[in-house]
Amino acid sequence: MSAKEWRKLFPILDQEVNGKPLVYLDSAATSQKPIQVIETLDKYYKEYNSNVHRGVHTLGTRATDGYEGAREKVRRFIGAKSTQEIIFTRGTTTAINTVARSYGMANLSEGDEIVITPMEHHSNIIPWQQVAKVTGATLKYIPLQPDGTINLGDVEKTVTEHTKIVSVMQVSNVLGTINPIKEIAAIAHKNGAVMVVDGAQSAPHMKVDVQDLDCDFFAFSAHKMCGPTGIGVLYGKKALLNKMEPVEFGGEMIDFVGLQESTWKELPWKFEGGTPIIAGAIGLGAAIDFLEEIGLDHVLKHEHELAEYAMERLSELEGVTIFGPKERAGLVTFNLDDVHPHDVATVLDSEGIAVRAGHHCAQPLMKWLDVTATARASFYLYNTKDDIDAFLKGLTTAKEYFGHVF
Amino acid sequence: MSSNLDQLYRQVIMDHYKNPRNKGVIEDGALTINMNNPTCGDRIQLTLKVEDGKIESAKFDGEGCSISLASASMMTQAVKGLAVEDAVKLSKIFYDMMLGNDYDVESYDLGDIEALSGVSKFPARIKCATLAWKAMEQGIGKKEEEEE
Repeated sequence: MSAKEWRKLFPILDQEVNGKPLVYLDSAATSQKPIQVIETLDKYYKEYNSNVHRGVHTLGTRATDGYEGAREKVRRFIGAKSTQEIIFTRGTTTAINTVARSYGMANLSEGDEIVITPMEHHSNIIPWQQVAKVTGATLKYIPLQPDGTINLGDVEKTVTEHTKIVSVMQVSNVLGTINPIKEIAAIAHKNGAVMVVDGAQSAPHMKVDVQDLDCDFFAFSAHKMCGPTGIGVLYGKKALLNKMEPVEFGGEMIDFVGLQESTWKELPWKFEGGTPIIAGAIGLGAAIDFLEEIGLDHVLKHEHELAEYAMERLSELEGVTIFGPKERAGLVTFNLDDVHPHDVATVLDSEGIAVRAGHHCAQPLMKWLDVTATARASFYLYNTKDDIDAFLKGLTTAKEYFGHVF
Repeated sequence: MSSNLDQLYRQVIMDHYKNPRNKGVIEDGALTINMNNPTCGDRIQLTLKVEDGKIESAKFDGEGCSISLASASMMTQAVKGLAVEDAVKLSKIFYDMMLGNDYDVESYDLGDIEALSGVSKFPARIKCATLAWKAMEQGIGKKEEEEE
């Protein structure tokens, strides 16, 4: 199957926006959903919506099977050893916060270090700032190379025997940098630290194997990988998760409840207080089925081609600054001389083209790039070279439109 | 190019963007308000000189898109010389204009500001246009707190 055929499976893409065919180039913010996922959610609500793990009735069993079946799909998808290591969360943000609040608060104290990078998304910065504030630990940053990559020599220098946590994104949502997680994890482990990976921008686009990466925690969101919003995953090594306390308490996560004391269920349920995200998990399972049927290798190859083509076409335009390294994931962050990214995005929107403009939840990185905002076009399996041609045409319009002003 | 876009980016807006009025900082004894738009990174520093219940002068500095900078330029121009309560009323008219509500066209000469009415058709850009006005309201509020 080609991208043109994949595209037909996404009903939302078949529409006009502002009188022009929709060109959706904002998948790094959230991806669109294929008909298979939409129908799976529809079927769940129409046929077997029910609470899990408690109903003796038939629908309860079907819902439980669907929910736990999705967990097994996730386990296979990221190569975890056991479904006990797969915790459903609200998304990547909640997953990282769970590690910070449960593992970070309990295991860090003054003199300890947390190491991250300046390219992180806010969701992989602020939880660690909070841990540092409460525990007295220090938050350190691995410096970036001028092209927005990480040099392993700098990782060696920044991570020390005092480092307890290293947390790095696998793929940058702004620069498109693909970080050497496996090598960083090895350095973290050599120093006795745990390795946390923000996989929000990698899991949708490339094969992830948590055992091969040898990371201790891995977080990602369903909505960026053809699944529904409101659900994500925290993978953690069982030995670590077993020692960690839950961060949310209530129904579903308990074993025995007394008047003064309670005990928790076993993994993974002790981290899933309250009625879980049942439809979301089942939808995520359908998204995984969809991506596996297409093959993530094909997705990655296709996006790589699109990114290369976009970079090539952009370099034909005068007055374009592209941020990030040459070797990159399927997104291009850029600015046009003399046109603010908001204005770029508004002009493109009037042509039916959706791009992101702003700081992309990465204010420290914007500071590092010395810009207040940028525009970003991000690609997924349903995008084609035609989309990029339309995008370039839109940019030319924006340049002309603003060009005559200056 | 769609006519909608032409309504947004009117010539007078582009003129304010290119040649901002009252760009800079009032040095002595002025109120300073720093405000940013956390969703997009636009930021403005507004300095206001308020004496005897009247805005004697207003200047702005900052970074942002054409709409936010043009709006800041027009706002400083419009409130200069206005009594504080009139500046608040003008601000209310401006918000109504942004929301696409009917607004009182009689009480003030809106001048260049009227050119921003097209923003109401671009909901994603309303925050750009209102940033400077929010800063101005906050500045006046500060002044009133000081005097109470």
